[in-house]
Amino acid sequence: MITPTHYMLLSAALFMIGVIGVMVRRNIIIIFMSIELILNAVNINLIAYSAQLQNAIGQVFAVFVIAVAAAEAAVGLGIILAFYRNKETINIDEMNLMRW
Amino acid sequence: MQYIWLIPLLPGIGAAVNGLVGIRAFSRQLAGLVACAMMTLALGLSLVAFWQLLGLPADARFYDVTVAEWIPRIPLETGSGVGLFQVGWGFRLDPLSGLMILVVTGIGTLIHFYSTAYMHDEPRGGVARFFCYLNLFCFFMLMLVLGSNFLVMFVGWEGVGLCSYLLIGYWYEKKSASDAGKKAFITNRIGDWGFILGVFLIYYTFGTLDFRAVQDAAAAMPVEAMHWGVLSTICLLLFIGATGKSAQIPLYVWLPDAMEGPTPVSALIHAATMVTAGVYMLGRNAVLFSHAPMVLQIVAIVGVLTALMAATIGLVQYDIKRVLAYSTVSQLGYMFTAIGVGAFSAGIFHLMTHAFFKALLFLGSGSVIHAMAGEQDMRRMGGLKKYLPVTYATMMIGTLAIAGIVPLSGFFSKDEILFRAFLANKVIWVIAVATAMMTAFYMFRLMAMTFMGDYRGPAWEAAGAGGAAAHTAAVHGAPHPADAHAHGKAHLKDHEVSHGPAEPHGQSQSSVVSHQADAHDMHGHDAHAAAHDDAHGGHGHGPWHGPHESPTPMTFPLMALAVGAVVAGFVGIPAALGGGNAIEHFLEPSFTASHHEAAATAGVEPAEPAGEHEAPHASRGVEIGLMLFSLAIAVSGILIARKFYVTSPEVSDQMAERFAGAHRLLSHKYYVDELYGATVIGGTFAGARGLWTFDRKVVDGAVNGTSWVTVVSSWFSGLTDRTIVDGVVNLVGWVVQESSLVFRRFQTGLVQNYALLMLFGIFAFVGIYLFAR
Repeated sequence: MITPTHYMLLSAALFMIGVIGVMVRRNIIIIFMSIELILNAVNINLIAYSAQLQNAIGQVFAVFVIAVAAAEAAVGLGIILAFYRNKETINIDEMNLMRW
Repeated sequence: MQYIWLIPLLPGIGAAVNGLVGIRAFSRQLAGLVACAMMTLALGLSLVAFWQLLGLPADARFYDVTVAEWIPRIPLETGSGVGLFQVGWGFRLDPLSGLMILVVTGIGTLIHFYSTAYMHDEPRGGVARFFCYLNLFCFFMLMLVLGSNFLVMFVGWEGVGLCSYLLIGYWYEKKSASDAGKKAFITNRIGDWGFILGVFLIYYTFGTLDFRAVQDAAAAMPVEAMHWGVLSTICLLLFIGATGKSAQIPLYVWLPDAMEGPTPVSALIHAATMVTAGVYMLGRNAVLFSHAPMVLQIVAIVGVLTALMAATIGLVQYDIKRVLAYSTVSQLGYMFTAIGVGAFSAGIFHLMTHAFFKALLFLGSGSVIHAMAGEQDMRRMGGLKKYLPVTYATMMIGTLAIAGIVPLSGFFSKDEILFRAFLANKVIWVIAVATAMMTAFYMFRLMAMTFMGDYRGPAWEAAGAGGAAAHTAAVHGAPHPADAHAHGKAHLKDHEVSHGPAEPHGQSQSSVVSHQADAHDMHGHDAHAAAHDDAHGGHGHGPWHGPHESPTPMTFPLMALAVGAVVAGFVGIPAALGGGNAIEHFLEPSFTASHHEAAATAGVEPAEPAGEHEAPHASRGVEIGLMLFSLAIAVSGILIARKFYVTSPEVSDQMAERFAGAHRLLSHKYYVDELYGATVIGGTFAGARGLWTFDRKVVDGAVNGTSWVTVVSSWFSGLTDRTIVDGVVNLVGWVVQESSLVFRRFQTGLVQNYALLMLFGIFAFVGIYLFAR
């Protein structure tokens, strides 16, 4: 029987995979994808509790997160494209213009 | 007669026309014409006015006219409460001013005509300027003599001083001329200071400045015989004014230098008219001076000392105009002597005769200078009588007149003065007689050196012949040519016997010569006249054809004045010689207060001018004896001069050597200029230098000290600003900068670093939440 605890564990595992991906990868596309993993880990969490508590607000919130993530992906990809045109790279270590 | 104010105004109009338009636009002839026409009109008016004056009864011979109000009734404090100060442009015609306007316009007109020829070689604008000044001078001089109160007189008084300055400095490009002008003006200002103080005191004392009112008031006051009162102070101050204008000790120094001006100016202003203004002013205030016998004594002493001193200087001068200048000072001294001994009419009489013969002598010297192309040194003249017969004849008349040879005008006026001096004070008389002898001597010396003997001047280019070289031999070398003897003697005799025949001779020749002279004037003078050119301004260029008689406009005034010098004395033939002394009776009303008013004021005895009573006391025999004596003195003066300069010329050099000290003293004019230079001028310079030093050290020092203090304090202020204020600001910046070295290390710019830190942060917070609670 699948209990909320399983959902929690799946969600936590996905979240940690996403965080580690953001921390260690240098390719900015991969980092982007890792951020999507983090968001989806949150969505699983929201929907699991929505089902258990028989409350539709959690599902609404998940749809909302998906919409925001889509928008974020659009903007983020646009920034990456612009950056690439400038620097001919998508390595995150090259993106240090804001340092001192 | 109600138009007497036109008499000064006409020359004033002439001056305005010439000054405003003439200098730019008029030709020489037109400028001269305007000036001469105005003067002739003024002369005509003067004659008419004088004629009408003669027509009045003797005790009513005056006419007052006030043309316009000048100063309205201003409350002003006087010695006796607050009075109303009121002055109008008032003119008064009375015997004294009537005589003066005749002298001024008469001689002025002649000199204007003379100037048209004398100034012929000047540049066009210069001629108009000259005539403008000359007319302006006549305007002021006529205002001076016609004014009916002290203030109008003062306007004229200052105006003639101004014109004198302008005309002395006419050739202002010449340093000596402009210096002489300044000297004359400044010296006159010192006298004017006295005069205006006197006028102040008159108003303070009498509450009015009208001549007649002042005289009437003064006549009612007691004679200050024993004590020094307010009238004496007034008179002394007025006399200081007179010493400035009339060149008396100690202010006479300007007059000899005034000879830097053109010769007609010397004749008109510095001999005939302006310098006699002081004498006129004293005569005008005869009533005041009669009440101040102590001042009269000062006047007499100053006058006679001036006469003696100037005459002695005149003995040794070589500049023809300077001799005449010292002669003028000396003769003015005579006039003051006359006033000083109370003989006011004798002083004015001498003023009139002197105006004729001194103007004549000056114009004659101008003619000589003209003929010699600007040469003024008598050592470079000589033997000129054959070139200048008219000038010679007329100047000889003037010389005899000034020497006092009967029956020329100088004899009567000078003898009147000597006689009155004899009655008043024997010492003064002795000095005056000695002066008379010197006068005869130096005037005849002038004539001898100029006209007799051999020609000693520069050579000239004889027309057509190369005669220049022949003449140069005789030039510059001997001041007294050996064969002067025969020449001079012969001509002197000829002349003394009768000057009658000489005149037609001179006249006939002058008409011939004047043609040549006109021609000469056109091409002016040659190169050797360069020295004369600066004396004469802008003469033309071209050969100088030797001394020549002057053109008719110059000789005519000479002849007219010569006639005047002969006959002017006849109005004052003393009673002792059977004459009526007409001039004395004519002038008397001007020297006394109006009787009815004076008598009306209290019981004080209406005082007659002192001395007017004395005349009848001397016996007729004494008077005639004195005349013969002074005549003998004059003749002996002439004879000595003849011996020195004509018969045995070497004597004068011997005398100069024997009395070398005295000669040097006289040649240097008693070192008065040097004395004034050392005391007054040097003192002024020293004072100015002292003030300058004070200014430089103290005033500038204070200013510079202030600036030094400012500089030092601002240096400290700057130091504070730089170190403390800037230090704080820089310290803040430095601290920020240094600390940023540490902190900016965190700002790696790598997003993952930031994310990692956030992660650790979250772990830390969650850890604290879970385990440290």
